[in-house]
Amino acid sequence: MTELFMLIAAKYNYCLYVILMMIGLYAMIAKNNLMKKLVGMNIFQTAIILFYVSIGFKHNATIPIIKGDHGHGGHGAAIHAADYMNPLPHVLMLTAIVVSVATLGVAMALCVKVYQRYQTLEEDELRMRLSEKIKS
Amino acid sequence: MIHYPAIVVIAPLVGALTAGILSFVEERYAYPAALIATGISCAAAVRDLIYVAGHGPIAYHMGGWAPPMGIEYRIDTLNAMVLVLITAIAFLNLAASRPNIKQEMPDRRPSFYAMYLLFVVGLTGVASTGDLFNLYVLIEITSLSSYTMIALGDRDRGPISALNYVFVGVIGASFYLLGVGYIYIKTGTLNMAEFATMIPTLQDSTTILTAFILCLVGVFIKMALFPLHVWLPNAYSYAPVGFARIVAPLMTKVMVYVMVRLMITVFGLDYIFIKLHIADTLVWLGTIAILAGGVMALAQTNLKKMLAYIIVCEIGYMVGGAWLGNNLGLTGAVLHILNDGLMTFALFLAVGNMVYKLDRVQIKDLKGLFAKMPWTMTGFVLAAFSIVGVPPTCGFFSKWYLILGAFKAGAWHFAAALIMSSLICAVLFFKVFEVCFFESPDTHVGHGSDTHGRHTTVAIQEAPAISLAVLGIAGISLIVVGMYSKTIVVRLIWPLLRS
Repeated sequence: MTELFMLIAAKYNYCLYVILMMIGLYAMIAKNNLMKKLVGMNIFQTAIILFYVSIGFKHNATIPIIKGDHGHGGHGAAIHAADYMNPLPHVLMLTAIVVSVATLGVAMALCVKVYQRYQTLEEDELRMRLSEKIKS
Repeated sequence: MIHYPAIVVIAPLVGALTAGILSFVEERYAYPAALIATGISCAAAVRDLIYVAGHGPIAYHMGGWAPPMGIEYRIDTLNAMVLVLITAIAFLNLAASRPNIKQEMPDRRPSFYAMYLLFVVGLTGVASTGDLFNLYVLIEITSLSSYTMIALGDRDRGPISALNYVFVGVIGASFYLLGVGYIYIKTGTLNMAEFATMIPTLQDSTTILTAFILCLVGVFIKMALFPLHVWLPNAYSYAPVGFARIVAPLMTKVMVYVMVRLMITVFGLDYIFIKLHIADTLVWLGTIAILAGGVMALAQTNLKKMLAYIIVCEIGYMVGGAWLGNNLGLTGAVLHILNDGLMTFALFLAVGNMVYKLDRVQIKDLKGLFAKMPWTMTGFVLAAFSIVGVPPTCGFFSKWYLILGAFKAGAWHFAAALIMSSLICAVLFFKVFEVCFFESPDTHVGHGSDTHGRHTTVAIQEAPAISLAVLGIAGISLIVVGMYSKTIVVRLIWPLLRS
């Protein structure tokens, strides 16, 4: 049992992202309101961003800008990769954030269109309106 | 250094920006800009294909940065073929759909062309990139532009079906992204070719297994494999015709291409077939998708919906075929990407022509259509024969390879499903033909022509000439690709599988 706790404590970032992701997924599946579903979607995407950001982290490391005392123009003391965090996952996430913002924007615009048409964002009401429309 | 691989993707991107700007300046020029952009892209893709068939794969370094730092575009015969398919359909559809676009959205044409070109950018990028993360970004570009265009369709249902597509699409893309994250943790690389060199030493890693499953599930959601297909029929049948004609043939097929690329190039056939024991399960999934798609298609009363379910069925062909675990099955799956793209394109061209004249395409509205739109119906019949798999058309040949592969692998259930689905498709299309050919049109459906009584002649009301011309090209290409399918297999597909 203690081993399990040790494992969770050592890799808490992974557990956290899975929990967040499941919260988002739950909201997307179970919520009735389209806006709440969008919030769930955003949580889902943010969980993955968190996962990526956490994998670039190293203990006792600093931001990936070469320290001044390592010499100028590339000569001087050797640069140890362990002293610097891995910037690549963070940079990738800049792109992923842009993608998620764009998705959210498009989805909100669609919500506005749905609302203008039906004056509601509740899914069950929407379904009712649509079935009325088919009957008429 | 030849720059054609970049031009294929960049030409529509520049075109999209131009069309977007022109929408504020002078709307008339947006259409020629779009046409020129896709034309250039198509020419560059053909040039790629010729070069690759003669000289072997191209590794193009985007911006001159060598991999693994930079992004690499790797063109081999498989994606050169897919690129030609994408750009040719994009170009032809733009020409064919101009009347439909004018009819359906008179006020938003320039922005439609801009989004259309961005969609083409996404698809061509997905098909040419050699970088796993870049692939994610391009999949999202494709999806985002398709959400917006689906919402432009049916006023009642369009935005809602687009929104459902957003939810499902985001989950799919996120799973893929997560899989890429696990690959990066384990190997520290995102380049497909570099990752492929590491995979033999990582065969027992659970991280790699997790990554593979996550990527695969993400791609399955995006390609609408049967239990994950719910977003597809509504999204495709309520989209505007001009967009349905390109998204239906290409989007799912490009995702199948991504799956094949992950199998062949990234994870390697040794890993997925010898190390993992999931191939049988996936062939079963393909079998179920074929049967379920066919049965659901039988239940539809709307022609567009029926075709959308046929797409679900065809996805089953390709997934099942690719996972049969022999060269014949994989050849059939890859050939079916090309053939199914063309067949679906021809079908949706014909349906778009019907929508142009009739507005609604409930199957009962199609009475007497053979007399009213003879050329459209000729194209429709040809495409339908190809879907069923009648020999001179191309659909027969890929189905033949798939069935041979199924026999060789001993997957009798898959072979049975393939033959069953041919029968189901035959029933489906002959149901439509019966209505179109034998039943006389109702008075209120025909637009102003005197169609009382059985014996009056029906005035021919065809779609615009340009749409018919493109339908003709698509119809002829079905037969030509069918006749040259041996050349395609020997020159383009086998070199890929042998290496």
